[in-house]
Amino acid sequence: MNLALRDIRHNLGRFLLTCLGLGLLLGVALAMVGIYRGVVEDALSLPRALGADLWVVEEGTRGPFAESSRIPGDVREAVARLPGVREAGAVTFQTAEVARPGGGVLRLQLVAYEPDRPGGPPVLTAGRGIARGRFEMVADRRAGLPVGATLEMGGQRFRVVGLTEGAVSSGGDPLAWITLRDGQELQFRLAPPAARRQLAAGGGTAGTDTVNAVIARVSPNQRVEAVAEEVRRWKHLSALTAAEQEAVLTQSVVARARVQLGMFTVVLLIASAVVVALIVYTLTLDKLREIATLKLIGARDRTIVGLVVQQAMALGIVGLAGGASLLFSVKDFFPRRVALGPEEVTGFALLVAAICLVASLLGVRLALRVEPAQALGG
Amino acid sequence: MGGTASAPLVVLEGIAKGFGEGEARVQALSDITLSVEAGTVVGLRGPSGSGKSTLLNLIACILEPDAGRLALAGETVWEGGRYRRRDLRALRREKIGFIFQFHNLLPFLDATDNVALAMTLAGTGLAEARRRARDLLDYLEVGRRAAAMPAKLSGGEAQRVAIARALANRPRIILADEPTAALDSERARVVMDLLRQVAREQRAAILVVTHDEKIFDRFDRLVSLRDGRIESELVPAKAA
Ligand SMILES: Nc1ncnc2c1ncn2[C@@H]1O[C@H](COP(=O)(O)OP(=O)(O)OP(=O)(O)O)[C@@H](O)[C@H]1O
Ligand SMILES: [Mg+2]
Repeated sequence: MNLALRDIRHNLGRFLLTCLGLGLLLGVALAMVGIYRGVVEDALSLPRALGADLWVVEEGTRGPFAESSRIPGDVREAVARLPGVREAGAVTFQTAEVARPGGGVLRLQLVAYEPDRPGGPPVLTAGRGIARGRFEMVADRRAGLPVGATLEMGGQRFRVVGLTEGAVSSGGDPLAWITLRDGQELQFRLAPPAARRQLAAGGGTAGTDTVNAVIARVSPNQRVEAVAEEVRRWKHLSALTAAEQEAVLTQSVVARARVQLGMFTVVLLIASAVVVALIVYTLTLDKLREIATLKLIGARDRTIVGLVVQQAMALGIVGLAGGASLLFSVKDFFPRRVALGPEEVTGFALLVAAICLVASLLGVRLALRVEPAQALGG
Repeated sequence: MGGTASAPLVVLEGIAKGFGEGEARVQALSDITLSVEAGTVVGLRGPSGSGKSTLLNLIACILEPDAGRLALAGETVWEGGRYRRRDLRALRREKIGFIFQFHNLLPFLDATDNVALAMTLAGTGLAEARRRARDLLDYLEVGRRAAAMPAKLSGGEAQRVAIARALANRPRIILADEPTAALDSERARVVMDLLRQVAREQRAAILVVTHDEKIFDRFDRLVSLRDGRIESELVPAKAA
């Protein structure tokens, strides 16, 4: 006979209401965990999408994400010739705010790359990749653009030819790939009216073959670090391995956001623990007479501890289930990615279980101190 | 079963109990010496505040005496300022059935499970416990309320469920604090006859606190308390 469940059933309305309150709190805490993971995953999404083993950037910088980096485009050929390098590609990055076809403003993180070289989109979920043709774009689904949509950028119409899934910048903006040539024009050339004026004044187009980074893929049997060392010996250039680039992104680009969210999560978890402790304590206070009666009729301590702890656990489990299902039903409407895999959810559930266990200690102590004589007063 | 056949199941020697300190001190019981043999039903009466409930609670090891000796089923339980028996709850579970002045049913269990719980705590399987609980409730004529929650029971029904719970583990010692207070005299007699039967069949020692003169003839002995002392003890004239 499970006394904890029987008592819950007896006061079901109150129990569910309590679970609802706790569930909201746990749901928010779980959302924080998800947003925290989301910020980290978003930050790593871009470099991972590009699949580079090595980032060649401007000397003395940790670019191109943490700091700006500009290097000549022909570095790509030099890197490609290094022993151990399988392929290399020049890339530029820029953010763009463009008019959304349906109205409103769309922020995109543009990645310009050389088709057939590293730097292009990962797996496409719709459409095709960029052919050699110009003014084509592969955008992430997050941008909300269908295949075939057109966008106006820098006076040119870009057509969406393919879609990716889950590729965003560290700021959460959807990625959009265009060709390097289009990217360079957008980034390094003057806006068309200014360019026309400059042409009219007799000047050539400004020194042009500049890129933000060159990324390289290294053959499997080659140590990336060795290639990076080689590059670092060159003048004006610096190199980061994929691991270093990820470290830069998580430790400096999104560091503040991470710490902030981490702190919030911890505060919410502490608040949940306090709330559970208080609830379990009052639940126990309300049951002192019943607990005393149980002792009178000879119930063992473990029966009484079980009653208190199982109710705390039930509270946590039902609350978490409620909070989590609520969160999962709304998380896609969050502006930032809420990254919750089975791993995060299980971890969080274990944490909640531990919190409930610890929080119920106060109630357990109270219950164990009850004198059987307390059942007798009228 | 503990003790020899003739040894009393409940023995109190020079038991005293006071509450509070200094000015507010109340000497609830003084120098109580009393023993109850197996198979007898002893009535405890006396004015309100004379110490009847306190005496039962001492025997049930719910309250600790200040002095004297307490032995239950042949085992010295309290003597020389401390309990000699360590696991008092196991003692209560196995040897003592207690019917409270206020019935003290668990509000979240129905009548059957309130009775069955006492048995499962003592190690009986749930199905068997429930079956016996229903038999007991039938026996006490509350079988048709077996599925009712305590809040839905009348005072008399609740009291009979509480009696069923006290009898559940066939205890050798049954302590009842005004078990018939909520019952009409007809039912009160039925309950008393039942307790007498239990005393005879289970060779139990039964102590019953009561004010009810109409049932005095149901006791083998009637002990009167006044101001915490035993005032008199008599053997009531048996009714037919
Ligand atoms: N827990 C307690 N703390 C202080 N005093 C108590 C306590 N329990 C009982 N007393 C006192 O001890 C005395 C005996 O009380 P007890 O409850 O045993 O009387 P009783 O004979 O059962 O009375 P009633 O017929 O009203 O139930 C009373 O004076 C009472 O006030
Ligand atoms: Mg009393």
